Amino acid sequence: MNKDIVSIIQKDQLYNLMLKGKRADGRAFDETREIKIETGVIEKAEGSARVEIGDTKIIAGVKISPGTPFPDTPDVGVIITSLELIPLASPEFESGPPREKAVELARVTDRGIRESGAIDLKKMCIIEGEKVWMIFIDIHVLDDGGNIMDAAALGSIAALLTATIPAERYGLGEDAPLPIRDIPVSVTAVDIGGGIVFDPSLEEERVANTKLTVISNQEGAIAGMQKSGNGSLSPDQINHIVEVACKKAQDIREKFLEI
Amino acid sequence: MTDKPEKFIDENGIRSDGRRANEIRDVKIEVGVLSRADGSCYLEFGKNKVMAAVYGPREVHPRHQQKSNRAIVRYKYNMASFSVEDRKRPGPDRRSIEVSKVSREALENEIFTEYFPKSAIDIFVEVLQADAGTRTAALNAASVALADAGIPMRSLVSACAVGKVDDTLVLDLNKNEDNYGQADVPIAMTPDGKITLLQMDGHLTPEEFKQGLEMAQEGCRQVYELQRKALIDYYSKKTEVVTEATTAEDVKKDAPEEPEDVTPVDVTEDTEETEKIDDTNEIGVTKETDDTKEPGDTEETEDTVKTGDVEELEDSGEEVPETGKNADETYGQMDESEEETSNE
Repeated sequence: MNKDIVSIIQKDQLYNLMLKGKRADGRAFDETREIKIETGVIEKAEGSARVEIGDTKIIAGVKISPGTPFPDTPDVGVIITSLELIPLASPEFESGPPREKAVELARVTDRGIRESGAIDLKKMCIIEGEKVWMIFIDIHVLDDGGNIMDAAALGSIAALLTATIPAERYGLGEDAPLPIRDIPVSVTAVDIGGGIVFDPSLEEERVANTKLTVISNQEGAIAGMQKSGNGSLSPDQINHIVEVACKKAQDIREKFLEI
Repeated sequence: MTDKPEKFIDENGIRSDGRRANEIRDVKIEVGVLSRADGSCYLEFGKNKVMAAVYGPREVHPRHQQKSNRAIVRYKYNMASFSVEDRKRPGPDRRSIEVSKVSREALENEIFTEYFPKSAIDIFVEVLQADAGTRTAALNAASVALADAGIPMRSLVSACAVGKVDDTLVLDLNKNEDNYGQADVPIAMTPDGKITLLQMDGHLTPEEFKQGLEMAQEGCRQVYELQRKALIDYYSKKTEVVTEATTAEDVKKDAPEEPEDVTPVDVTEDTEETEKIDDTNEIGVTKETDDTKEPGDTEETEDTVKTGDVEELEDSGEEVPETGKNADETYGQMDESEEETSNE
């Protein structure tokens, strides 16, 4: 209940700022916070990345091992993405199995990687129907400063870009880099009283009713989208977010993630 | 599972199931099909078969979930293990958790949750047969079931998907198009054009998306008309039956014996109606109305209200007016529950 009341007061404040064309931290509506990406931070993992967007910190690790393919897709590798909102990251997170928020974040991250065809999964087949490489992407949120979504997506692709297939360890030939074909980048915006702000901070995320995540690929096409939160958006707002998000994604990709 | 067809759309622009690019599948909607639920709806969308039930507003269990200023809305999307080709393991998986979350968020804002503090509105949707587009079918059924339960809403929510096959945008993907298509965009919308659900996977350029969004909106509008019609049909039929009953009652009054036995025509319909009133009394919704009513009056008052509502619905073209009356009632309820709190 306390959270609700604080949120109403904050909502007023952020709304009034929005009417003046301002944000609490002084950013422009479409301005993202500073992004830091560090890869190869976990030596034991086949690929890893630590991403910071403003106060938000996440760490993504990729583990790769041989496994059995799904019966309906016998000749392609398997991607399994999970995300944990561990209690270390926020007073609002609790231990236990992932709840709907974590499940949603993981699935949208997964969707971006999968639907953009970022990994050439055909090349991840060892013996058709018997053995394929399984790619586990695990994202741990370390500090919730808002917009975990974009940080998680950025962390997972950054980790994948540096990942190696540990073939030697399993006696399956020589180690090779993961076959990456595309670099999906997620950009999220929220609606605060009709104003659309990108890369929401924790406060903005908390007071906003609606959030839209757009994941776009190298050629500027959309690979995944997710509306979250119980509000609604107009078609114009959606098209605006899509347009800006695809452009922002291109900037981020050029700056941080070229293959 | 069938294999990927060579072509999804033939040279005449006809899809594998005989539809054109901008056509939705056949929709069948039945309202009020479950006796115990406060509101229910059975819906078929092509080969999708879903059943939705709404319970509430009712007490919140577990208690700690309750909100002092509004009702909580819970939405449970569940797929029957026999609904798909390969048996699905029963119980929630990550997919159904996500679908439940986004669907709840698609409906929540259209419900006047502030009228029912400290209570829960539970929506359960069972997917009995799945054939691409279950989340949109489920949402359409849930929306109708909410209206049937008399939950005050700003409007109905209608959902429809748009996708891409053979580099062409098509409305409402069928199973094959969904499995092998290039993109899938489920959307839910209110009649005034607010988008309350939007997901997407696949590959679409921003231009294609823009076009697709417009197509999906058109699909949602079609679904909306069908939902509205189903509700109007159901409730106007209900009124007719009750009116007949009243006439029969009048006739019987002339006869000398047993004026008590007055519901000869459709006993089940009437019982249902009465049960509903009882339910609401339990949680104190119609307490005020109760006091003003004479004991024997209940049925007739209910009749008049229903008739009036349906007329209003047809005349003014308002979204879900039968909920409007409940909204008024619930103002009373809100005051009462507030009093209760202060007494505690």
